[in-house]
Parts: sequence; structure tokens; C-alpha cells
Amino acid sequence: MTTPHLLVHDHADNVGVVVVEGLKAGTTMLCVVTHDNSSFELASKADVPIGHKIALKDIKSGDTAIKYGEDIGKFVADVEKGAHVHTHNLKTKRW
Amino acid sequence: MATKYSNMTFQGYRRENGRVGVRNHVVILPVDDISNAACEAVANNIKGTLAIPHAYGRLQFGEDLDVHFRTMIGTGSNPNVAAVVVIGIEPGWTKKIVDGIAATGKPVTGLSIEQNGDLKTIMDASRVAKEYVHFASELQREECSISELWVSTKCGESDTTTGLSSCPTVGNMYDKLLPEGITGFFGETSEITGAEHICKTRAINEDVGERWYKMWEAYQNDVIFAHQTDDLSDSQPTKGNIEGGLTTIEEKALGNLEKIGRTSQFIDILEPAEAPQSGNGLYFMDSSSAAAECVTLMAAGGAVIHTFPTGQGNVVGNPIVPVIKISGNPRTLRTMSEHIDVDVTGVLTREMTIAEAGDSLIEMIVRTSNGRATAAEALGHREFSMTKLYRSA
Repeated sequence: MTTPHLLVHDHADNVGVVVVEGLKAGTTMLCVVTHDNSSFELASKADVPIGHKIALKDIKSGDTAIKYGEDIGKFVADVEKGAHVHTHNLKTKRW
Repeated sequence: MATKYSNMTFQGYRRENGRVGVRNHVVILPVDDISNAACEAVANNIKGTLAIPHAYGRLQFGEDLDVHFRTMIGTGSNPNVAAVVVIGIEPGWTKKIVDGIAATGKPVTGLSIEQNGDLKTIMDASRVAKEYVHFASELQREECSISELWVSTKCGESDTTTGLSSCPTVGNMYDKLLPEGITGFFGETSEITGAEHICKTRAINEDVGERWYKMWEAYQNDVIFAHQTDDLSDSQPTKGNIEGGLTTIEEKALGNLEKIGRTSQFIDILEPAEAPQSGNGLYFMDSSSAAAECVTLMAAGGAVIHTFPTGQGNVVGNPIVPVIKISGNPRTLRTMSEHIDVDVTGVLTREMTIAEAGDSLIEMIVRTSNGRATAAEALGHREFSMTKLYRSA
């Protein structure tokens, strides 16, 4: 298999994790869902560092972020499919 | 059912109480902060001994004092330790720690400084320590079943790669070795927040699950909510976690919990530094998520090997327990590979399965148990951090 750019834990997730260094905006990313090794393609909309997340679909502020098939917090801004997801647009629902 | 893991063995040190260690330290243990200097002087005099200086041990009281004594006694009692010289400022608390360690049957002697001074204490302690070095250096390793290992885990400087690779690697190891009879530890109470509903279901029965939930809730209320001044976004997740792409505590917790695999269940909960009493199996220890504090508590609980997934590259070690580092982050392997014992970057490139990664960790656990120095041991990492629950009297 070609080396993936993005790994997604679960089919229910709306974010995935960049697993290569130096990912550039406009890259057609190979995305793999680790749960069953299925794959899809997605265009990155930003330069995103390794380990950081990318939105898998268009997201509205107030939506819940899903990773591991579970709630990992709330979006506090609208996020475009393929854009960088981190502390600027995602916050904890706890604490 | 016999598996390919059932007949695995390693060469360990069988102690007087039957427990098996993988290291053979002669420890010079201070009861309190003001006895550190004497302990370090003894360790300097007598080669092959190890002083374990720390910051506390005076005017503590209540539950905080209990944690102090459990940590001191547990550290001396750990099967990786062959013999112990305990030095305190006064004889009362010194004797309490000596008696606790003596229950294991291993050689232990206490000395106190008041009415002797540092110099006489150091001379007397050095003579005892020298005898202990002769004793320990003649002990031989013997073949032991893998089931006799007590293996702890706690991750550090986690990132999104730990939840994808190094944490499930540890989980796969537990899923394979717990059924063979090993004893396991996990913890990091504040770092389950966001995954507590899942963790609770991993208890062996409802009673353990309820007791675990109360423990988690108490940490939330008595530690986090009682002292927070913000949303903890500067502390938990840490700056390193955030640099590595983790955004929220929920995301961090779900990755953290990957360390107990798919099938493992915990059979009981432990107070900080408490030794398991319910037989072999997996235990949850109420503990800080700070690396050195957590590893120190689990070592005091009796773990002889620690498995430590890291994403961004936490460099922690422990004086008496080998800390095996596992990482799947290619940038960390590229920039600080000297700290990593098990490279699981292949999980991210899909060239290695989690099951293969788990097997490579099990192989490294056996090699480390046989005597291979870990990266942290070779680099001299001996962090020993006492957990302190509140201010002293």
C-alpha cells in the first residue's frame, strides 16, 4: 500500500490525523481508516504539521468533533472540509 | 489456553518473598530531604550503590504522610532492589520505613543523624552499604516465567500518533500477557477525563467500576475543580501535547486509554503507591499524569518494568525501574532516536500492524528483563518524584 498522508480512526469521525512531515496545502491526500483499512482521497486546504488534524467534511461552529468514534470537544468556528483543526477552532467541553 | 506467549521466560532475580526483579540495586534511601546529603555521600563512597534523593518527608501528616511512607517503603521493597540502607534525621520515622521494607525479608538497615552527625552516620552507613554490595553482587539471575513480571504503563508528551500507534502497542501487549498471568498497572486519573464512560466499562465488574468512578470523580472535584484558574489549556493537554496536534483533554484521554487494549479489564483500584492485593491482573492506580510522579508511584506499587509510549519525546527514567520508550512519531525518531527503545513508526505508514508492534514490545520487555539497558538507563535518567497531596503542617 502507498504510504498514507492522513489516518482516521473510525468511520464516524469528522477529523483525521496528518502522519507525514511537511504536508502542503493543495495535496491530494491518501486517507486510511485504521478500523478497517479502507481508504479515500481528500485535498488539504492548508500546510498542516505532522500530528495535527484536518476536517473530513464542512463543519459548523457548535458542532461536536468526533474522533475514535467519540466526542472530543466542540467546534467554536466554521471549518471547511480539508482545513486545519486545532485550538483555534476546537475546544474542550470539560473543565 | 496455551499461546506462543505461555512458555516465554526471562532471567530475573528471585527475592526472599518470592517476587522477581529485573535489576539488582543496592539503594541508599533518605527518609527526608535533609538526609539527602548523607545518602549521596554514602553512594559516592561505595561503588555499586544508588542514592535516591527527594524533596519531602518533614511535617507531612494524614493521607499525605501515608502516601510518603507507602512510596518510601514500596521503593525499598521493589524486587529490583537487593538491599537498602535507610537514613533519616531521627530514628522514629526511619524505623517505620526500615520495618516496612524488612517485611519482604531483604537486607535493610536504618541509621539516623541526630546525636551522630552526618560524618559518623556516613561512615557507619558506608560500612553496611559495602557489605550489601558484596551480598548483591553474588546473587545470580535465574529462569522465571513471563507470568512473574509486573509491568506498568503511563504515556508522556503524547500526541495524536500515540493514540494511533504506541499506546495501542502497549494495549496489545497487555491483551496478550495479562491472560498469561502478569500483573499490570495503569493510571493517570486526570487524563481519563473525556473517556471515563469507556474506562468504567473496562472494570471487571460493576462494583470495581463504581469504585473506580468515585475515585475519578474525586480527582475532578478535589484536585481540578478545587484549584483550576482557567480551562487548563496551558497544563492538560501540555504545551508539548498541543504542539503534537492534541487539542482537548477528551482527545488525549481516548488516546491514553488505548494502552489497555481491546480485551483487558482491570480487576481492582489502588491508592497512590499501593501494592496490589487481589492477585495477578490489571490494576488502576490513582495517580498524577506527570511522568516522573506516576512512574515513581507505580514502581513503589511493585512494578519492575515500565512501558512508556511517547509522541513528542518525553525523556523520563526511574532510578530502580527500567522505562521502555515506545514511539510511532517519525519526527521524534528522526530528531531524538537516542531516547526510543521500540520504534513503531511502521504503524503510521501501514507497514506494521498493531499486533506486530505489540510483539516487538514484548520482545523488548524480555530483553530488558534479561538485563538490556534501556535508553533512559543508558542516558542516566533517574527521575524520582514524590507525590504530595497538600501543604505540610
